[in-house]
Amino acid sequence: MSVVIIKYNAGNIFSVDSAMKRLGVEATVTDDKKLIESANKVIFPGVGEAGTTMKYLHENGLDTLIRNLKQPVLGICLGMQLMCKHSEEADTDCLGVFDTGVKRFIPERHEDKIPHMGWNTIQDVKLPLFDPSLENQYVYFVHSYYVPLNIYTTAVTDYVLPFSAALHKDNFYATQFHPEKSGSVGEQILTNFLKL
Amino acid sequence: MLAKRIIPCLDIKDGTTVKGINFVNLRNAGDPVELAKKYSAEGADELVFLDITATHEGRKTFTDLVERIALNISIPFTVGGGINELSDVARLLGAGADKVSVNSTALRNPQIINDIATNFGSQVCVCAIDARFDNGKWMCYTSGGRNVTDKDLFTWAKEAEDRGAGEILFTSMDHDGVKQGYANEALCRLSESLNIPVIASGGAGTMEHFRDTFTQGKADAALAASVFHFGEIAIKDLKQYLRTEGISVR
Repeated sequence: MSVVIIKYNAGNIFSVDSAMKRLGVEATVTDDKKLIESANKVIFPGVGEAGTTMKYLHENGLDTLIRNLKQPVLGICLGMQLMCKHSEEADTDCLGVFDTGVKRFIPERHEDKIPHMGWNTIQDVKLPLFDPSLENQYVYFVHSYYVPLNIYTTAVTDYVLPFSAALHKDNFYATQFHPEKSGSVGEQILTNFLKL
Repeated sequence: MLAKRIIPCLDIKDGTTVKGINFVNLRNAGDPVELAKKYSAEGADELVFLDITATHEGRKTFTDLVERIALNISIPFTVGGGINELSDVARLLGAGADKVSVNSTALRNPQIINDIATNFGSQVCVCAIDARFDNGKWMCYTSGGRNVTDKDLFTWAKEAEDRGAGEILFTSMDHDGVKQGYANEALCRLSESLNIPVIASGGAGTMEHFRDTFTQGKADAALAASVFHFGEIAIKDLKQYLRTEGISVR
């Protein structure tokens, strides 16, 4: 099985690659379009800012490529947000895989600090990415923008309001949290993705 | 519910872990990668690695170390020390760090906070502040506590937030290394005046100190070094204790 991690200007690429290595998978980190298109699994990582990142993807022709992938794709954190239609971060038009917007958290109480940073639980988890045993487990989040609940939501986390911790549509999967940084729970989720 | 975080901090000098008592008299506290793996397995929520070498050769060693840590652990970690420009940030994030902390550099050149936030996102930027209570005011220090600045803790923390810092790591130099508890009064004021998470640092000696910094200091996370490095408190026991005290932990 070939696993490709899309290489681009910002990202938690090394961390995702390391997580794959810990699972015994030698992933290829590349921006080579042919390699990405022919891979069995594609991971679209992301730590960064939406505007700059989308601009980079567009300039390098990666936006169209990602949108048209047919194999299982996993977007992580900013990767997930960029797979949505539009982000309030720098008023950015994104890839549009998931027909939903990305909004900035508006704190309701002083305790609701932004970014939402740290370990929080996931609820209403759905197969195939999430086993029922992952219900209420802690995963690691770092983000200031969120995807509201929508028809593609496959896991819910409550912070300020219930939002999408994960999405799924056709061959596209995405998590707002960082499975590569979520200890053994995260490893389980990555293993489930690799088994798709 | 968002869990309160427990964060072991590893001060790194020439590739090994050290911890100062009031920022002087460094003692060897073990191999960083081994410690990182041990803490990750025991349930640490995050790790912080501060490079206190800050020479050119030291930085190269540190980057290699960051890569080895990232390969071996599955929890987030922050690195700091010797970050002077954006290329340093890119290098450390590229080596697998999740966040970078800036301290003296940001006090000298506050614009770097804006630049990190713009280029990599606010969540990557931890603003670390070393402060001491001098003549009735919490004053910020640079260079590992050697030089006083004219900036007050609360004013500077607010400025850092406004510039785009994603988190404040406040170390009380008065409390650091003396194990009498965190600077909860200042932490509480800090936490109430900011809209970004605050990490308490300096002063942990007992499990009660962690509880108090969450309840009285209103900290979002508590950082400690020697109590963990020297085995005085096991993270697993600490989590269990905090849970029985009604504090939400992973």
